Amino acid sequence: MIKILPFIEHAIKKPIWDCRMCGQCVLHSTGMTCPMTCPKTLRNGPCGGVREDGNCEVDPTMQCVWAKAFGRKESLPLPQSWRDHFNDLRPPVDMQLQGTSSWINLITKRDQQVPAGWQRNTRSDHGL
Amino acid sequence: MSHLRQLLEDSNEKIFTSEFPTIDGAGMPRVIALAQRFSPWFDAVNATDNPAAHAHASNTSVAIAMKAHGLEPIMQIACRDKNRLAIQADMMGASLHGIENLSLMTGDDVTAGDEPETKRVFDLDSAQAISIANSLNGGKYLSGRAVKPPTNFYIGAVENAAAPPLEYRVQRAVKKHRAGARFLQLQICYHPDRLENFCRGVASAAPQLHLLPTIVLLKGARQLHFMNDKVPGIDVPLNLISRVEKSLDQSEAAYELALEQARHALALPGVRGLHIADFRHDETLARLMHDLGRIPRTISNQLQEQL
Ligand code: SF4
Repeated sequence: MIKILPFIEHAIKKPIWDCRMCGQCVLHSTGMTCPMTCPKTLRNGPCGGVREDGNCEVDPTMQCVWAKAFGRKESLPLPQSWRDHFNDLRPPVDMQLQGTSSWINLITKRDQQVPAGWQRNTRSDHGL
Repeated sequence: MSHLRQLLEDSNEKIFTSEFPTIDGAGMPRVIALAQRFSPWFDAVNATDNPAAHAHASNTSVAIAMKAHGLEPIMQIACRDKNRLAIQADMMGASLHGIENLSLMTGDDVTAGDEPETKRVFDLDSAQAISIANSLNGGKYLSGRAVKPPTNFYIGAVENAAAPPLEYRVQRAVKKHRAGARFLQLQICYHPDRLENFCRGVASAAPQLHLLPTIVLLKGARQLHFMNDKVPGIDVPLNLISRVEKSLDQSEAAYELALEQARHALALPGVRGLHIADFRHDETLARLMHDLGRIPRTISNQLQEQL
């Protein structure tokens, strides 16, 4: 079961969120919008290149992932506790988790392990 | 302690920064000539990191050369071309040479450059890079390995006050401040209302964060069109472009626009100075500085020794 979980997870999350299987899912805190679909894979907000119409600097045919996330954080019926994490400072992606199941990593808390030098006080206060 | 830090943290002086032109050969004589041109006007100048995704002499090498010739560098690091090991190595290399000011940014996409077929890295984003520089200041690499003694970086970042989603920009600036940024160099903004809202928002949410809006010196409407069409994240309203286009003296009209922008920006809350990008390369820079009441500093001692 453990072995096939990544396949099940991908089968569900790929069609809905275009999941890239980073193995450290943050969808709940990003307005259910996957930051790994940003061409620059930015996990802490939009780059400075967002176009006037809100579309992506790199791919003008798609809406900027972070513009979408910012709108959806409010428009989707999400728990307030999820919205409160929108401006958390998210650590660099752990490339060792690529392709693994974020569900398992959540249960084992593997997805919360960060390098020893990463500053810990990264939660945002007052939604800012 | 960096001179820039002293000015921003311990004085009320308006400060001016700029961007060192890219180096593509021409050697030290070119660096010396440029240092001579910049030092009377600027407190510190950015050593760029492959701006607009074009390869040039590296950020660290140019920063070292600038410093050696009496110009205080602000070393830019873009997240586009290097992974976290290389970025930390850049930072430590800078520190080794006494370079303390950093400006950390995501970077334009590779498609903005002349080698769009290259691999994009973006292993870190700008907020993470800021946080890592801050960790080095706390005596640790990202891995936790010790840095002894700790670095003494004065950490800056960038933000685009005019790019959507507008209401998000202040929050992102505050996030960068929480990660360790002390100053922000702002992208050129042709929407005064957006710049004003951004500065007011930051001044109330993060009063310790120093803002340096960019002013660009251009020759006329053609360059404004270029900014609008080609530079990622910049929107120039058409009425502004036609104001310059329709005037009898485009060069003068472009200057007046820049002066107007500079005066407006300097009066906004949280703004501690300006970042000036000169694409005219003529006497207009001196004129702008005079009109803003900036007195040229005497050429630094080190530079005088070289002359
Ligand atoms: S515009 Fe948005 S989606 Fe595109 S690279 Fe920048 S942050 Fe990512």
